[in-house]
Amino acid sequence: MDVFNLISRAQGSYVRSIDDGPIEDWAEHFTDDAFYKVTTADNHRRGLPAGVIWANNKAMLKDRVSALKEANIYEPHSYRHLLGQPAILEESDGGATSETSFLVIRVTGNGPTDVFASGRYLDEYVVEDGQALIKKRIVVCDSSRIDTLLVLPL
Amino acid sequence: MSEYNPVVTAISPDTVSERRWPKSLTEVPYWVFQDEDVYKAEQERIFHGPMWNYLCLEAELAAPGDFCATFIGEQPVLVTRDHDGQIYAFENRCAHRGSLIAMENYGHAKDFTCVYHAWTYNLQGDLTGVAFEDGINGKGGMSPDFCKAAHSPRRLRLANVHGLIFGSLNNDVPEIEEYLGQEILDRIERVLGGRKPVVLGRFTQNLPNNWKLYMENVKDSYHASILHLFFTTFGLNKLNQKGGIIVSENGGHHVSWSAINREAEAKAAGHYKDQKIRSESDYQLEDPSLVDSFSEVGDDITLQILSVSPGFVLQQIQNSIAVRQVLPTGVESTNLNWTYLGFEDDTEEQQLVRMKQSNLVGPAGYVSMEDGAIGGFVQRGIAGASGEFATVQMGGDQAVSSESRVTEASIRGFWKVYREAMGFDIEESK
Repeated sequence: MDVFNLISRAQGSYVRSIDDGPIEDWAEHFTDDAFYKVTTADNHRRGLPAGVIWANNKAMLKDRVSALKEANIYEPHSYRHLLGQPAILEESDGGATSETSFLVIRVTGNGPTDVFASGRYLDEYVVEDGQALIKKRIVVCDSSRIDTLLVLPL
Repeated sequence: MSEYNPVVTAISPDTVSERRWPKSLTEVPYWVFQDEDVYKAEQERIFHGPMWNYLCLEAELAAPGDFCATFIGEQPVLVTRDHDGQIYAFENRCAHRGSLIAMENYGHAKDFTCVYHAWTYNLQGDLTGVAFEDGINGKGGMSPDFCKAAHSPRRLRLANVHGLIFGSLNNDVPEIEEYLGQEILDRIERVLGGRKPVVLGRFTQNLPNNWKLYMENVKDSYHASILHLFFTTFGLNKLNQKGGIIVSENGGHHVSWSAINREAEAKAAGHYKDQKIRSESDYQLEDPSLVDSFSEVGDDITLQILSVSPGFVLQQIQNSIAVRQVLPTGVESTNLNWTYLGFEDDTEEQQLVRMKQSNLVGPAGYVSMEDGAIGGFVQRGIAGASGEFATVQMGGDQAVSSESRVTEASIRGFWKVYREAMGFDIEESK
């Protein structure tokens, strides 16, 4: 399977784990040494390093999931991710870099369907055993604003 | 430069002054979070009143020409550094027809030109140019007696406290040292004194609630271990921490702090040999390095939350340093602006610790995300209850410092300053 299809498969599975669960599967889309950050276009453009979520290994991503399941308190809500087609920017034997746009709809409690976030994934994928895994994902949100709180990952 | 003169507005502030407020500091009427006339009066009496409002960091205006477009309450203001090295601030509103002078949040400029009719301002906010001032071919143009100097945007009073830039639109506001008091000044100095902050990131959180509900939350040391269960769930609570609450003399500002209690830890070590963490919890972090910290300024204090009325917070949570600016955008909406900080002399290791600990705070923060939602829960909970009161009796009825953090003293202090500035009619308790 070519890298476009591998990445598309991985991303389809990725958003399903967040939107429909089980959320524990989310971290399994990353390599053990993966880097994951959620930031804004403004921070990204200015080269500011911090993230609203910042992780430099898979264990930290698993901790995100345990925290949101066991520790943090929030109103129940769900996401629906809509992804564009991945743009493959660079390709090598072992992987690829790609960019994919996203739109995330959030429904909180009995509330309406709200547009929660739009942006792009700046990704580095590695292909291992016929599967694309995220080695690096920078989630760049278009807006600098986050409504209320960010619990589930993007 | 025109000076600020308090203006009698058309919003009939008298209806606000006639509102009655309980004499006891333990009762807070819910209408204060709900009513449009109160919100409008706050813009005048609090944000344009005798208060100091946080604007930005001096570090964000490093070079001449750097500017920051921010707000005092709802009002847009522009903060700049001119070529004389000084910082200036003025209303971000063209003197001509009211358009924004600058739109970018942070930027660099030689001068500012309003896009509407190209009226131009220098970095100090003086009106220096009016397009077609003399008309064209002797026709049109401004009247010869038009004086540019009389039409500059209003300039703000400014104060620089260890690199924090505060501004005021009011001429009667006391000097910042008097406004804050020595204890608050000392605690700002503790974190920022003599250090050069570096901005690591900026995030805005939209809160679905009145701005004062967020300030109450910041000043509420009672809720911390109850609402925020991250440390408890993962067994990361340090034993026998010591700490306390400082409430400034006027009540408006506060510090909540805790520190490692080395004596108690040494004793406990006998009981829990070699166990850094005493975990009675079923859950553990897969990567506990998240909470590996270094002494921030060489002392044992691991948490210091400091607030300045009306809407500023300086935070040290372990090695996560941030300032928060609380800006009202409506009766039931607030912008919370987070600026995460490191320092110029941070080592690479220290920078990594700050990055990891940025997960503790902000809109997705393990120990702060709940604060983004709790104000909305209150706002929704009090609907239809404008005649009822919140009760803030924890730790007594005074607004004074305390060794215990199980107190609502600093919330009472916030309301003490607020109700006075708003000019409510204070009534004896029922």
